[in-house]
Amino acid sequence: MSDNTPNLKSSHQPLLSVRSLSVEFGAGFKAVKDVSFDVEPGKTLAVVGESGSGKSVTSLAIMRLTDYTGGRIVGGEVMFRPAQGEAIDLTKASDDTLRSIRGNDIAMIFQEPMTSLNPVFTIGNQIAETLVLHERLNARDARLRAKELLQKVRLPDAERLLDRYPHQLSGGMRQRVMIAMALACNPKLLIADEPTTALDVTIQAQILNIIRDLQQEMGTAVIFITHDMGVVAEMADDVVVMWKGEKVEQAPVRDIFAAPQHPYTRALLSAVPRLGSLQGQPLPKRTPVMVMDGGEPRLVGETHVQNTADYAKPLLQVDKLTTRFDVGKTFLGRVTHRVHAVEEVSFDIYPGETLALVGESGSGKSTIGRTLQQLVEPTSGTVRFDGRDMAAMSHGDRRRLRQEIQYIFQDPFASLDPRHTVGYSIAEPIVVHGLIRDRKAIEKRVHELLEHVGLQPQHAKRYPHEFSGGQRQRVCIARALASDPRLIIADESVSALDVSIQAQIVNLLMELQERRHLSYLFITHDMAVVEKISHRVAVMYLGQIVELGTRQAIFENPQHSYTRKLLSAVPIADPQRERAKMRIEGEIPSPVRPVGQEPAIHRMREVGPGHWVAVEADALRGAA
Amino acid sequence: MATAQALPSSRRRFRSFELILGTLLAGGMALAVLLSPLLFPDGGESMDLMARLVPPFQQASHILGTDPLGRDMLARVIVGGKISLTVGLLSMLGAMTLGTLMGLAAGYYRGIAEMVLMRFADIQLALPFILVAIMFLAILGTGLDKVIFFMIVAQWVQYARLVRGSVLALREREFILSARAIGVGNLRIIFTHILPNVLGPIVVLMTLNVANNILLESSLTFIGLGVDPLIPSWGGMLADGRTYLQSAWWVSVFPGLAIMFTVLGLNLLGDWLRDYLDPTGQTSK
Repeated sequence: MSDNTPNLKSSHQPLLSVRSLSVEFGAGFKAVKDVSFDVEPGKTLAVVGESGSGKSVTSLAIMRLTDYTGGRIVGGEVMFRPAQGEAIDLTKASDDTLRSIRGNDIAMIFQEPMTSLNPVFTIGNQIAETLVLHERLNARDARLRAKELLQKVRLPDAERLLDRYPHQLSGGMRQRVMIAMALACNPKLLIADEPTTALDVTIQAQILNIIRDLQQEMGTAVIFITHDMGVVAEMADDVVVMWKGEKVEQAPVRDIFAAPQHPYTRALLSAVPRLGSLQGQPLPKRTPVMVMDGGEPRLVGETHVQNTADYAKPLLQVDKLTTRFDVGKTFLGRVTHRVHAVEEVSFDIYPGETLALVGESGSGKSTIGRTLQQLVEPTSGTVRFDGRDMAAMSHGDRRRLRQEIQYIFQDPFASLDPRHTVGYSIAEPIVVHGLIRDRKAIEKRVHELLEHVGLQPQHAKRYPHEFSGGQRQRVCIARALASDPRLIIADESVSALDVSIQAQIVNLLMELQERRHLSYLFITHDMAVVEKISHRVAVMYLGQIVELGTRQAIFENPQHSYTRKLLSAVPIADPQRERAKMRIEGEIPSPVRPVGQEPAIHRMREVGPGHWVAVEADALRGAA
Repeated sequence: MATAQALPSSRRRFRSFELILGTLLAGGMALAVLLSPLLFPDGGESMDLMARLVPPFQQASHILGTDPLGRDMLARVIVGGKISLTVGLLSMLGAMTLGTLMGLAAGYYRGIAEMVLMRFADIQLALPFILVAIMFLAILGTGLDKVIFFMIVAQWVQYARLVRGSVLALREREFILSARAIGVGNLRIIFTHILPNVLGPIVVLMTLNVANNILLESSLTFIGLGVDPLIPSWGGMLADGRTYLQSAWWVSVFPGLAIMFTVLGLNLLGDWLRDYLDPTGQTSK
């Protein structure tokens, strides 16, 4: 297939060259259509696209792993040049040839490191397996090499780690083990399928650094599959953009970001939230989103400054809220350890305001949301809603509070009952709280709500599985609005969505805030979204707020070392920008403590109007 | 997306095949049993001592042959279904209702109630069925109602364990949490969100349970603890035919076939019902 890729220079030959690859699933569903690209030795090619774009299928097809997932390669060729010998067409290679190539010449890392490691073998055994198989090492040498590899991915205490099992390691450590395994045989090509998507930002930054360093050291070519334009900007040399199974654009990374050609690439880039885009502006702002409308990009929405907050009287006051969970009991049922999820956290939310709660996994941000929604009992502390103390409320009042506070979860599919229509789910809060009694009126209200969130009334009769991810989240928002709440807790509500959908949902939330004067507690780990949506930001670390202030103060004048670390870890969607100077090391400590060992509560000091920072111990400051 | 739309319709057609065959088998059997007083006014009791152990398909008046007392097999198989189906279905329904409620309560509320209930269930599962049956029915006396009552007591445990297990997995799911966040009360969560999601496995267990109950009834009747042995039932006929297996196979084979077709029909209906209840149509076998 003739293609205008400029890679046919005679000076060097590509390591891998994919030509008009097509992959089919089931009866005639083409997941990948006529895709061609080259991978140069030692370079990084990023394949980007949203869910369903065929980017993962392409990578699986290169390894011929589609054979095991119900896919068939129906056209094209994949020429791979191994260390010795002639180029091989992987689409026609025998199973034996493929087995010798997989893990040896081409290695792969997957998104979820827990599921790709076998839980019943030690780390050492699993790395050694590859070495024994491909390099024909004996058991002792393999163990030695395994240790070297673990050191290479900067895992401390490699010797002891060899005898650990996967579940004893954190997510970031497991992903490093996966990388060590992938690199065990010095592969020519490493295929990384969303390797950092499931990880926290500071851990992601570390993993990206490791991949980049090892690539330079070993001269490995990398195919990096991701949906995150920030990661692309940091990692890639060349970029292939995929959309609906087709390659729509290919260019060096600078050109993609500076002068995107295809309308889809332009839409994708315009939807990416960029850290620093609202610099100098005190209030969050809605901006139009470019969406693909039948192949043509179209601007949707308006520019609007979100001046909705009313600071006269707080709607929600949280004072010294503490939530702990018991874990680890002795044989006789005595509690030995507790998770200190939330420790003496205090903040206010005002009517019409969005307070963002940011932090990494284990910081306790979701626990705060669940405590406020009465899904979890607090250990101590007071919560006042509209001036009334929640602990002093009667049973009926607390029930009514569930009408005034609503919760939107991260995964819209998991939070809708698969056995009921979405109309039923949306009507449920109305029925449960007895807001409307008449059946016809309820139905009318459900239709109105669906229209408010940009869906159609006839969607009420459908089931959750008949919607796309973005539509499902709209359904969940409609459900949350049904009881006419005053506060909505959005727990990572846009984190699992594709960027273009995410931008639309963020705009929808802001529009609804203005129309209905809603307050949001916006829980997330994504700093770029926080910058766009929030009035004030609270940064959480190990169950405590370490910094609280206006959005502008937090983003433009971060005071706490953890806030700075978090901000510097965010990959920026701009390849021109210098890479982060700050070297981030270290795991997030565990919030589990033995009984009797209380964590120290930070003292807060005010550094600007409404800008509070935890006083740091010198030791911590030195380490960070 | 063409596949996504083509798939369900082809599935649905296949499913309706299950519905038709299941209704034909189980429904046909039930209908015949219901009409048996009209079809066989003698209740399969009249003996023809001149025509004992007639092989099937030889005499027009005894299409399925006769038993050692010269009673018509066809009449007895159909009349015998009355006891078997009543015991099988009623004890299944009773055990299902009791076990499901117990399982829902134990799985959802946890705590002491769960512990007591589940240990009790473990103990009951550990006791040998026949031994308990002898004790139980010796005290209560025999009879149709007592047999059904005993079978409910003996079998609800299976449902309780199954339901509790499913509920434990479900109650941590996000849509349950989100229902709670909205302010839905416990009872409503249990009956509108949890119960519909555990129906699939319950339906499967129900269909298996009917067959088991029919056979259990026959073993109880066999040791003299069931219904009156003079009233024909499939299980009883199977037991009677045992001694003639070498010489007259039809005496035990036809009641056996009746059980088989009924159970097959109910299984097909169960499969259909399970898929019908699941709007995603993605239940794997």
